[in-house]
Amino acid sequence: MVSTTFPRLLLEHAAKRANAPALREKEYGIWQTLTWSQLAHLVRELAAGLAQAGLQRGQHIVIVGANRPRLSASMLAAQSLGAIPVPLYQDAAAAEYAFPMNNAEVAFAIVEDQEQVDKMLELRETCPQLKRVWFDDPRGLRNYSEPGLASLDALIESGRGHVSEQQGWFDEQVKRTQPDDVAAMFFTSGTTGNPKGVVHTHFTLTDLARAGAIFDNLSSAEEVLAYLPPAWIGQNIFSYAQWLVCGYVVNCPESAGTVMIDLKEIGPTYYFAPPSVFEGLLTSVMIRMEDAGALKRWLFHRFMAIARRTGPTLMDGGAVSFGDRALYALGNLCIYGPLRNTLGLSRVRVAYTAGEAIGPDLFSFYRAIGINLKQLYGSTETAVFVCMQPDNQAKADTVGVPCEGVELKVTTSGEILIKSPGLLKGYYKNAVATDEVLSPEGWYRTGDAGFVDASGHLKIIDRVKDVGRLQGGAHDGAMFAPKYVENKLKFFPYIKEAVAFGDKRDRVCAFINIDFNAVGNWAERKNLPYAGYTDLAQKPEVYALIRDCVEKANADLAADDKLCGSQISRFLVLHKELDADDGELTRSSKVRRGFIGEKYGVLVDALYGGKTSQYIETLVKFEDGRTGMVAADLQISDAKTFSAVRRAA
Amino acid sequence: MSTRQIGDVMLDVANISLAFGGVKALTDISFNVREHEIRAIIGPNGAGKSSMLNCINGVYQPQQGAITFRGQTFTHMNSRQVAEMGFARTFQNLALFKGMSVLDNIMTGRNLRMKSNLFLQAIRFGPAEREEIKNREAVERIIDFLEIQPYRKTPVGRMPYGLQKRVDLGRALAMEPKVLLLDEPMAGMNVEEKQDMCRFILDVNDEFGTTIVLIEHDMGVVMDISDRVVVLDYGKKIGDGTPAEVRNNEDVIRAYLGTTH
Repeated sequence: MVSTTFPRLLLEHAAKRANAPALREKEYGIWQTLTWSQLAHLVRELAAGLAQAGLQRGQHIVIVGANRPRLSASMLAAQSLGAIPVPLYQDAAAAEYAFPMNNAEVAFAIVEDQEQVDKMLELRETCPQLKRVWFDDPRGLRNYSEPGLASLDALIESGRGHVSEQQGWFDEQVKRTQPDDVAAMFFTSGTTGNPKGVVHTHFTLTDLARAGAIFDNLSSAEEVLAYLPPAWIGQNIFSYAQWLVCGYVVNCPESAGTVMIDLKEIGPTYYFAPPSVFEGLLTSVMIRMEDAGALKRWLFHRFMAIARRTGPTLMDGGAVSFGDRALYALGNLCIYGPLRNTLGLSRVRVAYTAGEAIGPDLFSFYRAIGINLKQLYGSTETAVFVCMQPDNQAKADTVGVPCEGVELKVTTSGEILIKSPGLLKGYYKNAVATDEVLSPEGWYRTGDAGFVDASGHLKIIDRVKDVGRLQGGAHDGAMFAPKYVENKLKFFPYIKEAVAFGDKRDRVCAFINIDFNAVGNWAERKNLPYAGYTDLAQKPEVYALIRDCVEKANADLAADDKLCGSQISRFLVLHKELDADDGELTRSSKVRRGFIGEKYGVLVDALYGGKTSQYIETLVKFEDGRTGMVAADLQISDAKTFSAVRRAA
Repeated sequence: MSTRQIGDVMLDVANISLAFGGVKALTDISFNVREHEIRAIIGPNGAGKSSMLNCINGVYQPQQGAITFRGQTFTHMNSRQVAEMGFARTFQNLALFKGMSVLDNIMTGRNLRMKSNLFLQAIRFGPAEREEIKNREAVERIIDFLEIQPYRKTPVGRMPYGLQKRVDLGRALAMEPKVLLLDEPMAGMNVEEKQDMCRFILDVNDEFGTTIVLIEHDMGVVMDISDRVVVLDYGKKIGDGTPAEVRNNEDVIRAYLGTTH
């Protein structure tokens, strides 16, 4: 295996495939293409500009914004100089940047637009070392005159002269950057405490990106749509590391609102999304089908039944009778094909989901309509790739087999340990945290509890630290895996989020967030009037609907003898959506169980105290930083639980 | 905050009177508008604000008075001529083509700039195609400016009201006007939509240097964004000046807070 760096990969593509497209961005209604040679040229000028501005080898530079070609080019430019780009989440509040910026002594930032510039200016007091800020989109910024603030155009302009004067300067810089040099730093969102900077080298990011590309036969012909935050390592691997390794085309959507339209226009061949995106797509399809005419609805349900029966088997290359094959082909012609096209997934060759567990129904829906959806397992610390599902072995409840070069073992406590070329170098300026997760022998503690099943696939249950025990009651000492329970609930389309409590308690209770779209549509069809989210959430009819879901989940849990005690005995439906702006979710949309338990302490007490309703007032933060109050009298409902002995038959 | 320069008087309205039979809509109204400024016309319901706007852009012909635009004096304006001179307007109750897409609606604003004949346009040949591409480019810049990319192909009738108002503004902007007449741009909007609209109006004024004459009911908005304000009541001018001056004007306070007749 040849070790390389990102800038070297760029120069290779620019030399070998100068006129092939590297990046596309939709602007003014047209897809504008940047070829590899144009990109290399841009990176060269940016690098020269940055060097003149004083960016040194080993220094950090923050990059904030959505996926934009010039921001990707800025990352490459920084790496060419041996500096370290630090992408941060573009939707975070200014205060959330303070820690990473001070931790990494950031003096330079390249940001997308006015919104981000405002945040950077706000940070001047808390981060006095921040000297220079450049912005990509000048809209609304014409009248800003702040010291150190300039447009990316100005930076490129200042680099242009330098590049033409000193031929070979750039190549020299690229040569000096070594595969073992730090390539980028990603801050983990962190469910507790300050975020930690995960340090990756060019080698750790490229090695497994290449292994993954070989695993799925990725070539330079792939099309990818980059629409998730670039600060998330998943998006970074798919639209940066693997982009440079394979040399395929990365497409940037016009705006956040046009992603679905752009997806359809591009028709990506390689697609990656967390389960929530796949779920959102399916929900929108289902809602539209419910509103369709009777004939269309009948056809859809009829053919989807056939698809569910034969689709996944066909995809796995199993044996299917001639009659079923013919029916599936007919369905493909009238339903599955057009549906794939509507979703923008008709050209997808390989699609991955990761980050969270995916519901079995959701997973098999996509495989049934002929989309090769698979799962993979990994984290920021492992540069994503740990386990992947091979083409014919996709299962909803496992995450696949270890990638080439990855070693895996499970400790007696159930924790998964990993040894891999893609492991982080360490946490930035945090030796204590590094030592906690990296053993001297090179094993990384994932913090995930799981086991390897009979077919060699890894199955994840929950975070090790979250796995608790019930105390007292009928199931004293039984294992309680909150996420496992929550996921069972979230797999229902009407439930958006769930938070389960049960550690050191005698039974399990849960908070539930309804899915406003799905439940709202359901209410409309039932002629149930409602005034808004809070009102809808507290309707007795909605409680009955949710109770039905909870009881189904309980029946499912009862069948599992390890987790039978985790059945939900009481629940309530929350009056507001859990939100990252209120600190209830992480930026990657994971529930912060501890924080929620404290914030809504009265509700937890009411659940366990046997009350039938509880009044609560909650402060909510709006997107623009203002706050407001949401108050409601929440109903609390009991749910039926099942005894464990149901394994007859 | 702004670097724009307010220039000389570009539009002068002198002694305008308009009556519909015995109903006097406007009586002896005079005011002027300077280059690059945001000029508001306010007043209670039925004060004659929309009539005033309609006189400026030639929908109504006033019985008395004259309008001077950049040195040329007119006793009555003709709407096509007004449009060619660089006036564009939006409507209080949205005069959009509901069944047409956002793109097509804004494209109609380019009508005056399309010179090729109907036949060439129908077969999309040569000059007609080039013209279409050039105008589409201008429309795309407006779509980008107003941040309505997700709705490009959406029929306007299916969009929420606040966004329709934005399309209405987009169509007026497509004319690349020197003067933009806005008839209650914020009517019927929620707070967030109003904020967005204010930002767009200020951006238009700032970025393109367009002079803006607007009618508005929301006093907060008017006082925040306009440079000078004219106040009408029962077809008569009762106040004229900066927002601060108007706010302290006795007649204006009386007209808004009510008085016995």
